[in-house]
Amino acid sequence: MKTELMMGNEAIARGLIEAGCQIAAAYPGTPSTEVLQAVIDFRGLATDPLHIEWSVNEKIAFEVALAGSYTGKRVATVMKQVGLNVAADPFMRTAYLGVKGGMVTVVADDPGPHSSQNEQDSRLFCLQARVPVLDPSSPAEAKSMVGKAFELSEKYELNVVLRPTTRICHSRQGVAVSAPVTLARQANFQRDPTRWAATPAFLPQLHRKLNGKLAEVASEPDWQPRRTPGTGRFPRKALIASGIVYGHLMDLLDELDLAGSIDVYQVLMPYPLSPEFVKTVRGDYDQILILEETYPVIELQLAHPGAVGKGGDHVPREGELTPDVIHQVLAAFLGLAPPAEPAAERRGQRPSLCPGCPHRTAFYSIKQCFPQGIFPSDIGCYTLGMNLGAVNTVHCMGACISQGAGFFQAYRQDGDVPTIVVTIGDSTFFHAGIPALINAVVQKVRMIVVILDNATTAMTGGQPVPHMGLLADGSSTQPIAIEALVKACGVGFLEVCDPYHQEQFENLLKQADAFTRQADGGLAVLISRHGCLMDPTVRTQQESYRVTINDKCIGCRKCVDAFECPALKMDSDGIVAAVDQDRCVGCGNCIAVCPVKAIVKEVKS
Amino acid sequence: MRQQIIVSGIGGQGVLFLTRVIAQVAVNRHVPVLTAETHGMAQRGGTVLSTIKIGAFASPLVRSGQADVGLILWEANLPVHLSLLKPDGRLLVNAVDNGPGQRIDASGVARNLGNAVLANLVLLGFALKHQALPFAAEECGLAIEQLAPGKYIEQNLKAFQSGLDYAAQAAS
Repeated sequence: MKTELMMGNEAIARGLIEAGCQIAAAYPGTPSTEVLQAVIDFRGLATDPLHIEWSVNEKIAFEVALAGSYTGKRVATVMKQVGLNVAADPFMRTAYLGVKGGMVTVVADDPGPHSSQNEQDSRLFCLQARVPVLDPSSPAEAKSMVGKAFELSEKYELNVVLRPTTRICHSRQGVAVSAPVTLARQANFQRDPTRWAATPAFLPQLHRKLNGKLAEVASEPDWQPRRTPGTGRFPRKALIASGIVYGHLMDLLDELDLAGSIDVYQVLMPYPLSPEFVKTVRGDYDQILILEETYPVIELQLAHPGAVGKGGDHVPREGELTPDVIHQVLAAFLGLAPPAEPAAERRGQRPSLCPGCPHRTAFYSIKQCFPQGIFPSDIGCYTLGMNLGAVNTVHCMGACISQGAGFFQAYRQDGDVPTIVVTIGDSTFFHAGIPALINAVVQKVRMIVVILDNATTAMTGGQPVPHMGLLADGSSTQPIAIEALVKACGVGFLEVCDPYHQEQFENLLKQADAFTRQADGGLAVLISRHGCLMDPTVRTQQESYRVTINDKCIGCRKCVDAFECPALKMDSDGIVAAVDQDRCVGCGNCIAVCPVKAIVKEVKS
Repeated sequence: MRQQIIVSGIGGQGVLFLTRVIAQVAVNRHVPVLTAETHGMAQRGGTVLSTIKIGAFASPLVRSGQADVGLILWEANLPVHLSLLKPDGRLLVNAVDNGPGQRIDASGVARNLGNAVLANLVLLGFALKHQALPFAAEECGLAIEQLAPGKYIEQNLKAFQSGLDYAAQAAS
């Protein structure tokens, strides 16, 4: 069998294609993004027609895929764990109504978290929603689960969740590949209002049916926990793990020369948990160690009196269960010599906006104009505006506009309202900013909304945004202009400016502030427009200078600290500033920052 | 073969590419390999770490004190990631100044080739010449050819070769 080196997300994408998936819809978000990206890359292998879309948000992605399933075709939707919150409404109802063609929802969790606003556990979400959830322990296993998940979904007409975690998504492994199946299905929607439009009158029955299906799913032979028997050296004790933690545990047992000495169970489907498994564990073992990320989902369902897990103090309840953490826990459970305390965790260098990033100069101007302003911001690269002191709140997709409105209402009651400058990226604006903007205008909020338009979804690697007029496969579509949307939302002040033109940009900020304070004024929008420098064509099309620091530098650190460009640092003696020519892109935006005009540029020869 | 390797750097230094090259060598040998990589926010110039486990492993993560080899592209990461290395592990560092491990100004060598980002493959060549990795130069060259975009292959191979040659000079 042919093996290819693949990231977990690519392996899942390959699994989707091989299983005959015909609609794949997603909104990008770390650690899930590369799944749809890889579906795009592998699309040439598909033998059935395949529609791929970067949807405007996760709720929309879910609903598009769902209706595709109603026609009998196999569909998939992909999101990160907090994306499931956005898609929660259709997701919850889908449990009751079910699906027709196989539907797999890939939800990537981020224990740690590494790149998320929380470390919620989608398996617990699935328990709440009553949706079967699969927990792979490696990229290869994640791929092998995809086809079987479609089969399970079609057998019971249920949406099935595949939950990889960051360490699966972003791990690479040799993965066996095979040719895609050809299902040759024709769209065939069978009208059934008692199901697809079920009113409350039909829901108790649908709920009962769901519970019956879940009981059967829990006993499906393919999805029973897998036991690796031990020699009896640790009688009436067992280890239970799921997801990547199972992999960590197996390596650790191997390294400690304990492989095969104790019963180990790998849980493949944490919900619904097999009743036979629950019975076995309760009957055959006095003490069990349960290792799972991030919430005690298996532990809750087992309700074993001798359980050692997150319900007590034995297993950390937060953060990643790294091999070092598991070593500590396992040693305590089995009475082994405790390992040395792992070195205190150090975080290393913080991330920064890239050299030349248009967001940096926009943030610097905002902070210059309104040193006492309140700055709600949002999810994306521009979260890093906090390094410049120009981001005060970051919450969830689109929240900045509504939070800005809330700040306004609270301050207005007391009289003086400070300048409120909201920053939101273009992709985030489309995702969840528009309803919030309408609400703010209707509620007579006076604040400045700066839409940071870099013409891409930068943080996740450059997915297309609706105003670019591009589809997932690179073909063209109708572009949706941000300006027209803003005007349609009833905004009375709208300007567009390249933040590289710093003086003009700051003038417009001040005009916008005046508009929010004048009698017939209101909410002001400034679109900060300059392409993302991760896009090579942006780099090559803009002027690039040789930027240096001359002997006028007084070592005040303003450029290093307040502008915070990674290409600016103090020299090795820490006395004057220096330009790191390896990282400088020659945008020249730092020149205006220097109080003594020590940063100079010359045209590159 | 069982080998645990860490690659440490900051976003933008090509840590991921170096990780993939090493993993591809294992795949070409038909040896099992697992990697764990840093994606997302940290890639914007923050500290990133890849771990690579070659051989019969189930998890891609490296426990404290278990790495056989450390390839450090960003010297300031040493206090963050050095604890992963075995006491007798091999340490290769991209650095100008003296300090722990075997050192090469890989960024300087790469700069002379026209692009500081090539330091990743300079360091790989340097590690090979010092026999810190159980691979042949030809195997790495092949993996680079498989993974690099066409127009960059030659430049990448040159960087790798510079690392090999640099070590040779230092040894003589």
